[in-house]
Amino acid sequence: MKTRVINLIRRAAAALLFAPALALAAGAQLHLDQAPVSKDPAALQHGAKLFVNYCLNCHSASFTRYNQLQNIGLSEQLIRDNLLFTGEKIGDLMKVAMRPAESKAWFGATPPDLTLIARQRASEFGSGADWLYTYLRQFYRDDNRPTGWNNVVFENVGMPHVLWELQGEQVAAVSENPDGTKHIELSLAKPGKLSAEDYDKAVADLVSFLVWMGEPVAEKRQLIGAFVLLFLAGLFVLSYALKKNYWKDIH
Amino acid sequence: MTTKSQALLNWIDERFPLTSTWKAHLSEYYAPKNFNFWYFFGSLALLVLVIQIVTGIFLVMHYKPDGTLNASGIPVAFASVEYIMREVPGGWLIRYLHSTGASAFFIVVYLHMFRGLLYGSYRKPRELIWIFGTLIFLALMAEAFMGYLLPWGQMSYWGAQVIINLFSAIPVIGPDLSLVIRGDYVISDATLNRFFSFHVIAVPLVLIGLVAAHIIALHEVGSNNPDGVEIKKKKDANGIPLDGIPFHPYYTVKDIAGVVAFLFFFSAVVFFAPEAGGYFLEYNNFIPADPLKTPPHIAPVWYFTPFYSILRAVTYPLFGLDAKFWGVVAMGASVVIIAFLPWLDRSPVKSIRYKGPVFKIAVAIFVIAFALLGFLGVKPPEYAFFGVIPGAPVAQICSVLYFAFFLLMPWYSKIDKCKPEPERVNFK
Repeated sequence: MKTRVINLIRRAAAALLFAPALALAAGAQLHLDQAPVSKDPAALQHGAKLFVNYCLNCHSASFTRYNQLQNIGLSEQLIRDNLLFTGEKIGDLMKVAMRPAESKAWFGATPPDLTLIARQRASEFGSGADWLYTYLRQFYRDDNRPTGWNNVVFENVGMPHVLWELQGEQVAAVSENPDGTKHIELSLAKPGKLSAEDYDKAVADLVSFLVWMGEPVAEKRQLIGAFVLLFLAGLFVLSYALKKNYWKDIH
Repeated sequence: MTTKSQALLNWIDERFPLTSTWKAHLSEYYAPKNFNFWYFFGSLALLVLVIQIVTGIFLVMHYKPDGTLNASGIPVAFASVEYIMREVPGGWLIRYLHSTGASAFFIVVYLHMFRGLLYGSYRKPRELIWIFGTLIFLALMAEAFMGYLLPWGQMSYWGAQVIINLFSAIPVIGPDLSLVIRGDYVISDATLNRFFSFHVIAVPLVLIGLVAAHIIALHEVGSNNPDGVEIKKKKDANGIPLDGIPFHPYYTVKDIAGVVAFLFFFSAVVFFAPEAGGYFLEYNNFIPADPLKTPPHIAPVWYFTPFYSILRAVTYPLFGLDAKFWGVVAMGASVVIIAFLPWLDRSPVKSIRYKGPVFKIAVAIFVIAFALLGFLGVKPPEYAFFGVIPGAPVAQICSVLYFAFFLLMPWYSKIDKCKPEPERVNFK
């Protein structure tokens, strides 16, 4: 029986080892920076503030209610005073006034709802957080675009660089890689309100908030999961002992 | 037992075969004592079926099969799933149990089928058990396919679009057939509603009926075992098989341990990796369905990919009919051919333990081909291993090997050098 259990573990381990191999698919390579996602309430609250101030004008988060921000440590009063601007109620969903059809006419595409953006953007190249963290830091000036902005991760993106006053303006030096693909090198042409380091930190907070919003229950889920696994491990010992006991007279 | 409860039991037994059913299927159903690891997956499949039905009942209380857009421009069906995930107390758990359960169902069923293949469980007198089993697998595929449309994400929508379009490749009736399935000219609210109906009522009813038939047939002829010898051939004076033990309590306590171990791994996924790296819940399916935006790569969920690969592998038109049609035929045949195993295997022994090297090699090749087909089905058609070995011809070779395993079996199982079967089962 012991060798059987060991074999089982070995099989499970082999299955796990195989998983990353599946992810190694070639195609257009996307180089993403790893996002320093934080669960720290202060970071999440800062991210929420950035989100409400910079994103929520055009993007909705229509599965999230303002009062759910209490789960990242904001009090009801704080939410009322700082995050409700246009007469919303605290139990309202984070919607935008703009109608989807109108925004489509204005921008060419309706700005997507951002509730699940961190889950949507995950791919074989990295987590959704990595994608967002890289994307929000790699806007550059491009006069050929109607908005005057372009992006390394999301070429010809419809969205202008809404955080430009924080980051400043980057310009791109485009060269060609030996394999013929485009290589874009960014440099800061006009500094913004924040230093490069502080801007990265601010984006990390915003991304952390977006990750939290993608699945607010995630932390609780893992906590409950730990107890469930502990319980099942204990139960397995008992059920295995029961089996052993019944089977001792089978020869 | 107290006289009162005995009296009650008698009262029932005079009106309903309670005690005799209990005896026939559990306490006096004699199963071979040498079941190994592979024999857990039957009871686990039943467990997952129950998990899916119970969680499904609760999901239906809050889910709305509605493809129209809400005020924020999000399809109501998609929004209702997020409502379950966020606002229904415990809804996230129910939903993750159901979504993880779908993949778990296929994992245990694939392993259960492979067990049958290893030990010849499909051989006489168990042909009907095997046919019912194949039908369960077919129903399960239909159930999973229709269920996957319900969250109404991009992969739900475009996956259904691709698969339903396949039916239009059938000559004469194809276009009308796909229209009937869709209920519209595109995937729409009508499709969502009929898939919902099939997913929660029609197919589950068929599944439960087939599972009942599968188990009744099994208990009629008795279980096979890793040695592939019939325990009913050697009985004691009371007519009880010498190598048989009552299912209850021996296999109930053993299966309970198996269930707990399974739930441990199942819960690890549910609580710590419900997306399973994008394989159980595809990332693109967190984007609401958009009929105007085709995703660059439409991949079916992992459990369909071996068969999807076979479909894609057929690229030649034949007899004036489209390659797509022959792809559909090949995909259908790849599932249906499983049902014919009882008549394809001509080996004198049942279990792989006593089969010769030819059969063992054939099974090994089959497993590798199946795994490669599954792997390639996740990838876009232009995928190449290490960037150099093109995937498409590999999938074609593997498809040929898949069918060769079945179609050549009457020949290679006959010429194989088998070892003699033992008289009694091996049990340590």
